This record gives sequence, C-alpha cells and structure tokens, in this order.
Amino acid sequence: MLTLDHLDKVYRTGTFGGSELHAVRQVSLDVQRGEVVSLIGESGSGKSTIGKMVLHLLDSSGGTITFDGRDVTRLGFRARREYYRKVQGVFQDPFSSFNPIYKVDRTFETLRRSYFPRVSAASWREKLEDALAAVTLEPDDILGKFPHQLSGGQLQRLLIARALLLDIELLVADEIISMLDASTRIDVLNLLGELKGRGLGILFVTHDLSLGNYVSDRVVILYKGRIVERGVTSAVFGDPLHPYTRDLLASVPHLDRTWEEVEAEEAERTRRLAGRCLYHEAVAAQGRSLGEEADAPDGVPNGLGLVEYSPGHFVGCFRKAADEACPGSAGAAG
Amino acid sequence: MTATQPTAGPGTEATEQPGATGATSGAVPGGRKLGGDARETLYFALRNPKVVIGMVVVLGFVVLGLVGPAFLRYAPMDYAGPPMAPPSAEFPFGTTTFGQDVFAQFVAGLRSTFLVGLLGGGVAAVIGMTIGFVAGYRGGLVDELLNMLTNVVLVIPGFVVLIIINAYLGVRSVPMQALYIGVFSWPWVARAVRSQTLSLRSRDFIDLARLSGVGVGTILRREVAPNMYSYLFMTFVLLFGGSILTAASLDFIGLGPTNAMSLGLMMNQAVQWSALHLGLWWWFVPPGLGITLIVGSLYIMNVGLDEVFNPKLREM
Amino acid sequence: MALAVNDLKVWYRTRRGDVKALDGVTFEVADGEIMGIAGESGCGKTTLGKALIRLDTRMRHVGGTVVLDDDELPLADDNAMRRRRYREVSLIPQYAMSAMNPTRKIGRMIRDLLGSHNVRYSEVLPELERRLKLVGLEPDVLGRYPIELSGGMKQRVVLVLSTLLDPSLLIGDEVTSALDVSSQKAVARALVEFRDHGFVKSMIVITHDISVLFQVADTILVMYAGHLAEKAPARTIIDEPLHPYTKMLIGALPQVGDRYEEQRLEGIEGRPPSLLEPPAGCRFRDRCPLAHDRCAEAPPFREVAEGHHVACWAVS
Repeated sequence: MLTLDHLDKVYRTGTFGGSELHAVRQVSLDVQRGEVVSLIGESGSGKSTIGKMVLHLLDSSGGTITFDGRDVTRLGFRARREYYRKVQGVFQDPFSSFNPIYKVDRTFETLRRSYFPRVSAASWREKLEDALAAVTLEPDDILGKFPHQLSGGQLQRLLIARALLLDIELLVADEIISMLDASTRIDVLNLLGELKGRGLGILFVTHDLSLGNYVSDRVVILYKGRIVERGVTSAVFGDPLHPYTRDLLASVPHLDRTWEEVEAEEAERTRRLAGRCLYHEAVAAQGRSLGEEADAPDGVPNGLGLVEYSPGHFVGCFRKAADEACPGSAGAAG
Repeated sequence: MTATQPTAGPGTEATEQPGATGATSGAVPGGRKLGGDARETLYFALRNPKVVIGMVVVLGFVVLGLVGPAFLRYAPMDYAGPPMAPPSAEFPFGTTTFGQDVFAQFVAGLRSTFLVGLLGGGVAAVIGMTIGFVAGYRGGLVDELLNMLTNVVLVIPGFVVLIIINAYLGVRSVPMQALYIGVFSWPWVARAVRSQTLSLRSRDFIDLARLSGVGVGTILRREVAPNMYSYLFMTFVLLFGGSILTAASLDFIGLGPTNAMSLGLMMNQAVQWSALHLGLWWWFVPPGLGITLIVGSLYIMNVGLDEVFNPKLREM
Repeated sequence: MALAVNDLKVWYRTRRGDVKALDGVTFEVADGEIMGIAGESGCGKTTLGKALIRLDTRMRHVGGTVVLDDDELPLADDNAMRRRRYREVSLIPQYAMSAMNPTRKIGRMIRDLLGSHNVRYSEVLPELERRLKLVGLEPDVLGRYPIELSGGMKQRVVLVLSTLLDPSLLIGDEVTSALDVSSQKAVARALVEFRDHGFVKSMIVITHDISVLFQVADTILVMYAGHLAEKAPARTIIDEPLHPYTKMLIGALPQVGDRYEEQRLEGIEGRPPSLLEPPAGCRFRDRCPLAHDRCAEAPPFREVAEGHHVACWAVS
C-alpha cells in the first residue's frame, strides 16, 4: 500500500547553507493494509522526519513515495487534499495538537468544512458518534469541552477518531503515547491493535522498543537516518543482529531481568558476531568486493543497503556512523 | 534536523497545578485563554484600574472631538474675541494673538488627531501584521526577504524621512499624513508578529490543520491570528498612540497638513507667535497636555490590557 | 544517617482552594539506600521531592516533619533551609538539563554555583574532574557550552554538579525521562555508582518509569493521589505487589516479549481524583476492582511483611 523507495532528506545548514545534514538516507520500506510497522530509533534517527515526509508536511530530497500504486512524492495542493483522505497522522503532544482557545469540536468542524461540506448535520453527528465509539469515547464526555479539560489519553483517542472520520487507509502515529501515563498508554496501544484488525495500515514511530514489540508486525530500526535492520518483529527482537539493535535491546530497562543479566544472556551472541559484518559477508558471498559497493544487491551505494539474512529479516552494514570503518572487513572501509 | 532528545514523558501532563482540575491538566501555554470567553475577559478588563482610567480619558476626548463642534459658539479660525485674552467663561481656553477661540481650535484639533491615529495606526497594523504572519509562517526564502525589508525600513530614520517628504512633497491633508506615518511605523509590529507566528507554527495543531487540507491563508486567519488577538489588539493601541505622537511632532515643527487644525499645529502657532514670551500659557498648554493625556492614557491602558489578557500577570 | 518523613502535608494555594498534593506521607530512607518513588502524573511525587528542599511560592507546609540525620529540616523557613541546601540535601529538578544557561560555559556555570555557596572553584576542581571521568565525561566538557553536549552528557554533568559537596540526600526528579534509552542506562548506572562510592549517602529517585527503578533502586515507593500506596524492596514490588493499584500499573506495562495477539494488557480505567476536594477514604476506590464498604475509610499505611508496607484494606 505505502512504499518508500530510497528516500532521502537533506538539510542545508551553516552560514549560507554551505554544509549538508543527511537526516534520512536511502530509506526503503513498505506498509501493507492491516499491519503495523514500527519505525524505531532514538533522537536524531530521522524517524519523525520520515513520518512527516509520508504526511507531506516536509518535502523529500530524493527517492520516491508510492501509495496504492501511484507516485505521490510531489503533490500539488489539490492532490494533497485528496491524499489526506487516505493518509492521516497523530502526533506526540496531545495538548499541542489542539488550538487551546477553541473547544475540541472545532477540530472536527475544520475537517467537515474541508471534506464534507454537503453532509447534513444529522448524518455528521452520526458519523462523529461512530468514530468516537470506535475509540471508546463517550460523545457527552468529549464534545463541548476545551482541550485542557480532557486528559492526554482522551485527546489522543480523539485525534485517532478524527482520522477515522475520513475512512483512511494509512495512519502515521508519531510517538503518540510517549506523553501519556502508563495506565492509559496501553489503552491507546490496544486501540491501534484493534484498528489494525479492521484493515488499517499503521506506521508507528517510536523510540520505545517494548511498545514497538507489543503491537507491531514488522519493525524498522533506524540509526542516524539509515535503516540498520528490519524485518518481522519476532525475528528482529528474537535474533538481533546489528550492533545498534543489540545495544538498544540491552539498554531497555526490563521488569524481570537486570541489565547485568541481559548482558550475560547476550554474551553468546556477542561472541558469535564479534568482529564481523553480516552485510559485507553477504556482499562478498555474491562475488563482489567491498570496492564494488555500487552494484550491491539493492543498488544502494556506500554500504547503506540491506541484505536478507534470513527470510524477512534484513540487516545493513555493522558500522554505526556513516563515516566509520566497517568492523567486519579487515582494512577496507565501508 | 536538530538532534533533540525525545521530549519528556508523562511527567509533562501535570506540570502546573497538580491535580487541580481533577484531570491531568495539560500545560496550557499563555494562560487560560478560552476562545469565546469574551465575557470573562471583559469582566477582568472592567475591573482593571489602568484599563478603566485609560479608557475613560481617551473616550472623553473622543466624545469631545465628535460632539464638541456642535456646541461651539465660534469656529476655530474666526476672529471671535479680544486677542490674548486669558480663559474666561466665554472663552474657556482663552484666545490667541488674533482673537481666535483656543477652545474651538482645540476641539477641532482633536478630530484630526484621532483621525491620524486611526488611519496611521491602521495602515501600519495592516502592513506589519501581513508581513509578520507571512514571514513567520512561510519561513525560508520568503522569510529572509521580508526580514531584509523589515530591517531596512527599521533602520531608516523614519522621522527624518517624514520630514523630508513633508518638506518637499508637502502634505496637504491629514489622511496623506497618516499614510506616510503608517508606512514607516510597521517594522516592530512585523517582527513581533513574526516571532509569535514562528512559535505557533511549530505547534502540532497547525500541522493538523494542514492535514485537513486547509490552505495557508485560512490557517493564518483561523488558527494563528485568533491565538494572538489580544496581542494584535494591544499592538494596534500602541500604533494608534504612536501615530498621534509622530503627527503632533511633525505638526509642531510646521511640516503638517495646513488645511486642518490639529493640536500640534496649535502648538506650532503658539511658538511662532511668541506665546511663551507673552505668557499666553492657555494657547500651548491645552494642546500639549491633551496630546500627553491621550497618548499616555493609551499606553497605560495597554499595560492594563496586558494584565487582563495574561492571567499570570494578575495578582492572585 | 537516615531520612525520616512523618505525616508530611504540603498543599498548593490556588484561586479555587487548596490542592492537597501531598496529604499525610510517612516513610523512611536508610543510610546508603536508593529509594525510588513511582507514580503517575499528579500523584504528588514531584511535590514530595520539592518539599524536601524548597517550597516554592505556591506551596504551603501544612503539617508533618522531616528529619534528616537526626536534625529536623525547617521546611517552611526558606532562610534556615538555605544552609542545608546543596550541602546536605541536593535536588536534581525535572528538566534540569534544559535549565542550563546556554550562554555560559559549563565550567563557568559551576564556578558561579559554587561561589554562591561560598566554595572556591579551584579547591574542588580536582575532585570535579575525577568525578566527571567517573561518569564517562572528559574534563574538557567544562570548557564547552550546553548546546554542544547531548542530553545524556548534560544530565551526567548535572548529576556530578549536584553531588559535588557530598550531600547526605540526593533527590533526582525524572532524571532519566527525557533521554534516549542508551543514555538512560548510562545515567541510571551513574546514580548507583555515586552511591557505591559514597559521594551520596542516600538517594530518592522520582520517576514515572517503574522499570528503571527496578534496575537501580533498593526499595520502591508507589504513590497515588497524594497518598502512599505501597512500599517494598524493588524485587518484591515487581514480583509480588499487594496493592491493587501497583498490580494494575505493572500489568499495564508492555515488556519486550509481550505481544498484543497473545496477551492483551489492560490499562486502568478512570482518572485520579481531583485533589482540590479529595474524596474521603481510600483515593483509589473509584478505580479499584477490590473496593468494598470498608474503603470509605482511608486505610493506614501499615507494614504487612518485613519491609513491606501497604495501604489497603483488602490486603491487611
């Protein structure tokens, strides 16, 4: 349904825009109907940037975005409006997502004026109630209230309801629960799971691996703008390959094991993967040397590509920063 | 893309007043400004001494300027009575060296004063706000260009240019004077509106409006500006007062419109005809005091309005 | 030397009345102990942290005592507390790392801070550098501006700074919350190291993230709506919680390994009560699956097993 192909985002920085900052490098991924794909990364990984590019709140610098078979990389104003009937987003801060001086109803009104100008008041009310019911909110609790009178969890669910009004196919959820209390987070997550079951595709951007694991079918691990590992959730979290993924998993505070215990458990895998780079090993196995990166399996230069280590489980070069040397190869740089 | 850390977690939900509203009260920026709660604003406005006093003074002068001419016995330029007469029952502000009724001139002058304030302030407000909104919202090259324009106009010594324009082109009417003043007073408005717009721009509800297929102009009109109504109002009040002051200064040095009486012109004439030396204080004190009171009251009202609109400044 | 808090009550003054943010809290922290305080927004944990060091203008000390090292802390007296702040009790407030003056180099900021407590910078510099190295920072960080450091680095600087004079008690409010997961681990470990090295005698770590507490704290104290719910050794709280709130809270945390399809987790319905007019009796009553008639009376915070306190009728 949604396909990102070699997506790039470059910012010009410095005086007179002399230097460049690659926020997103050659990112390729896809999201199908009825599945949740988690985009996991820390700050500076570019995950929110990707979310914003999918939502056309930011322009991309390279690569393509395809939706339902059509190229939507560049959209004019009218085409964007149509695009938003199928693709919507929910953001991190529920209180920033509402104009504080108006009641929350106004958000729905704006949508109505834009997309449903000829719908009667009665049928609009019905649509609203359906959407609110889908997110388990009572209309009487919500309508007519100001944002500061509601809780973060209610506001986030409201925003999901708003997206549902449009009968969307893809929802971009950008850190939607990181500002909520623990007891309400799970309700919103369960809601995402439910929506997935009804056929919605969800791109779930988060920095929290436990959340990603709970609700997603596939995960994409991002580091400094490039994908370092992706695949089916159980594969990636069960058998993490890339050093960064393993660092992330090792840093998560668990409730059943201490960090020391996790490190001990991981020792075996550390031994097995030390000093290697599975990406370059696969490249070499295909008869290419490191210098011939340009012809790497997926046509991506400079070691930014991924190899399929096992079915559905992709991993990239084991080096962390773009300008670091690859740990796997003796001598040759990535 | 700045590598900022993820914003703080759930702790941000109840930073201000823990549990005060029962729900986890969100961090509401800019105080509790509720749309449509004009009544509450009015309530506080009418109880703020600065606002009330300022408004009363200004309104008093407005009424005098509007209604006064109907009650005048003499026209401003008529040689109505004995020259250089001090204030009396017949001539509340005395007469000039030519025997003109100072009070009549004063009332007539108020009209042009308010007219120039309204027009000049209005022109400056429109230019400044438009440039500010567009620059703040669009960013990028548009922002750079508008900034350059703003800075250039800011740096030009506006008053000097006005003097030159007035001296060479000659200003015949009050509206023209107002226009010229307006064209040079807007830069600070543009900057202030721009920075407010910039900070609102980064809020998610603007992104959400974009996701609703709403155009830029509509977003500025319906989402950005309403958040700044109080600020825009105060900006206008300041522009109003500033225009009056500038016009009076120009009139005082003789570069104002000559086809209408104004307070500054009165002072100019008073000086020209040696009112100071002759001790004719009733000729220049009323206009001077009038301007001071009007502009001063506007500024005081503005300070009071700031308290009204920003609940955090109110005393608990 | 220990901390003993006895029936502490700290309320907030607001226009609508008093918000009873901390309403009768009693607990102890032993020497060398790291106690974690967990709870959601509005439970009073930040108020507790602040109350132990400095009441801000809206807070009122309504009752109860705090005894540190056999010395009662004069909470209500700002001047008397001054002597003890930073030397005996030190606080890392929420958002500390964002509060550093961006125009000052780190070293300069530390020098100013020490100066205000009458400590010569040059005297503590060797120790400062030693501790910076201990948390994995190069001493040259003193010559950098805050903006040049990452969140994790800033937080570690704040940690070193707050403990430079070896306080008896360190209170950390959400010190790991705004950080990436790897920085979080580094900072959390640094906390434990500081206690192990004896730089700090005891520590109170306040956070909403109970899993971090499991990793670093010896005991965990769970708060709800201004009252204490449960206190026990970290392992016990996680593995064998007794209070319904604690149980439901832990049950709502997805761990790596929990999947939506396999095991649906449940949240806690409803919201914490308003602290303006808190309900009499147990404050968790409305949301508790075990609520019964006895809960109309507030349950005492009692020790039900060795080192395990609970406030719940259903348990004791």
